[in-house]
Amino acid sequence: MSGFNYRAIWSIYRFELHRFRRTLLTGLLVPVITTSLYFVVFGGAIGSRMTQIDGIAYAAFIVPGLIMMSMFTESIFNASFGIYMPKFTGTIYELLSAPVSAAETIIAYVGAAATKSLIVGTIIFLTAHLFVDLPVAHPLAMIGFMLLIAISFCLFGFILGIWAQSFEQLQVIPMLIVMPMTFLGGAFYSIHMLAEPWRTITLFNPIVYLISGFRWTFFGRGDVGIELSLLFVAGMLVLCLAIIGWMFRTGYRIKK
Amino acid sequence: MPRMASIITVSGLTKSYASGFQALKGVDLEIEEGEIFALLGPNGAGKTTMISIICGNVRATGGSVTVAGHDIVRDYRGSRSAIGLVPQELHTDAFERVIDTVTFSRGLFGKPRNDAYIEKILRDLSLWDKRHSKILELSGGMKRRVMIAKALSHEPRILFLDEPTAGVDVELRRDMWKLIGELRQTGVTIILTTHYIEEAEEMADRVGVIDKGELILVEEKTALMKKLGKKSLTVVLAEPLAAVPPELAEWQVALKADGHEIEYLFDTQAERTGVSSLLRKLGDLGIGYKDLNTQQSSLEDIFVSLVHQEKAA
Repeated sequence: MSGFNYRAIWSIYRFELHRFRRTLLTGLLVPVITTSLYFVVFGGAIGSRMTQIDGIAYAAFIVPGLIMMSMFTESIFNASFGIYMPKFTGTIYELLSAPVSAAETIIAYVGAAATKSLIVGTIIFLTAHLFVDLPVAHPLAMIGFMLLIAISFCLFGFILGIWAQSFEQLQVIPMLIVMPMTFLGGAFYSIHMLAEPWRTITLFNPIVYLISGFRWTFFGRGDVGIELSLLFVAGMLVLCLAIIGWMFRTGYRIKK
Repeated sequence: MPRMASIITVSGLTKSYASGFQALKGVDLEIEEGEIFALLGPNGAGKTTMISIICGNVRATGGSVTVAGHDIVRDYRGSRSAIGLVPQELHTDAFERVIDTVTFSRGLFGKPRNDAYIEKILRDLSLWDKRHSKILELSGGMKRRVMIAKALSHEPRILFLDEPTAGVDVELRRDMWKLIGELRQTGVTIILTTHYIEEAEEMADRVGVIDKGELILVEEKTALMKKLGKKSLTVVLAEPLAAVPPELAEWQVALKADGHEIEYLFDTQAERTGVSSLLRKLGDLGIGYKDLNTQQSSLEDIFVSLVHQEKAA
């Protein structure tokens, strides 16, 4: 047999989605509830006392940040878990002994995790419509952006899953790095609201560019230019692919 | 003797770990198509390392392996497609159903769906009734069957069984042996590792002995037993002896069963086995005996003596 093992990709993809289906209720209910809570707290309680940000109602302003935050978390969690679990249970022996290339493995695992992440993002988007009037200036760009974000963060999660040697390590990066960076990355405010030097410091946070870019697809403007945002997404994709390429070449933490 | 076509060729295979530990020190081995080959060795000898390299789970440090004509690195798709692997540990997806996990394996190896074939495997392995059970609900023996079913799901030409009966009860072990015998009938080449000599003795066509990363010997099982086999002669005495008479020192006999028996170990390959001269000597000494019996030494004895020699050298 030679050529592309598309059947393996499909098998892994289905297996992973089946795993998600087992926890379907919590998996889908959690984002809906979380979103609703954010709207009650930020949109209702605090937002009612706030003026508009860049001419956008506060409750609407936070939607892109909210979607991004959930998608970051979901992507990292699902993709890292997807590859960490076979390592943990030992079932990875089968993947390693199968005629499956590195590229096929990544497409399957990252594809499955990205699918779930996109579903969650879409649910939050739809739930948000229950609370606010939400215009979308560039619908196609919005979908494209969600797709790119899902893929890059799933790649990142995949790296994390290969790197992690314990459940604690699996949690530490999302909780201690990604979560704070997202909060400080303008998920719930415009960085223009910050005073110097914080505004300049914030510009070193790559998350700022991602959230700003996604916000642009809704409102036609963001904290930074859309070109810069796209550059950061592309940069993240390339970086993750390079790391994964190196991991597979060296067998890092997968193959002795 | 004309040799059959090799299905696996291992040449100069080495593996060293970052710690400096050398798991394999230049192994050469040919596996013939259709045979049952038993790789024998104590724990930590390098059995699993060798299998893992051939199957793709571990990278070799040096040397090469071809499987069904495919190099395991350059043409891994070809080599891996030919192999089914049943690892030593029971690694399973606990929450999956039996039929799903076996179907998954077939897809992973790039084979088109074939429900009839999957059904046949599951029936052959007595898993059909359990096909909708979650794996975590199965007993250890059943889980091992599931792993065999997964390994067979893509119709491999070669099946690797790493310690197939480790920690398995006697009855299940018999079942497993029967199963392996049946698989062989279908033309599948089987390589199994074991440290139960009994297993190799029962099933294998050829035996390889590995110790400390080196293949000490590869031999037809029967030839091996003939070549290295020692026999013991037990002489049941008419009257018990208190001590071995000094006249018998030459044969190095041992007194057994409270002086009722003497045991003499001899090499079947030796020109003079010493059996007739010993019996003559007993007659000369006036030591009467009621019965004689000889026993072939088992692979276990052979193995122990081999590993022992290796250590002494």
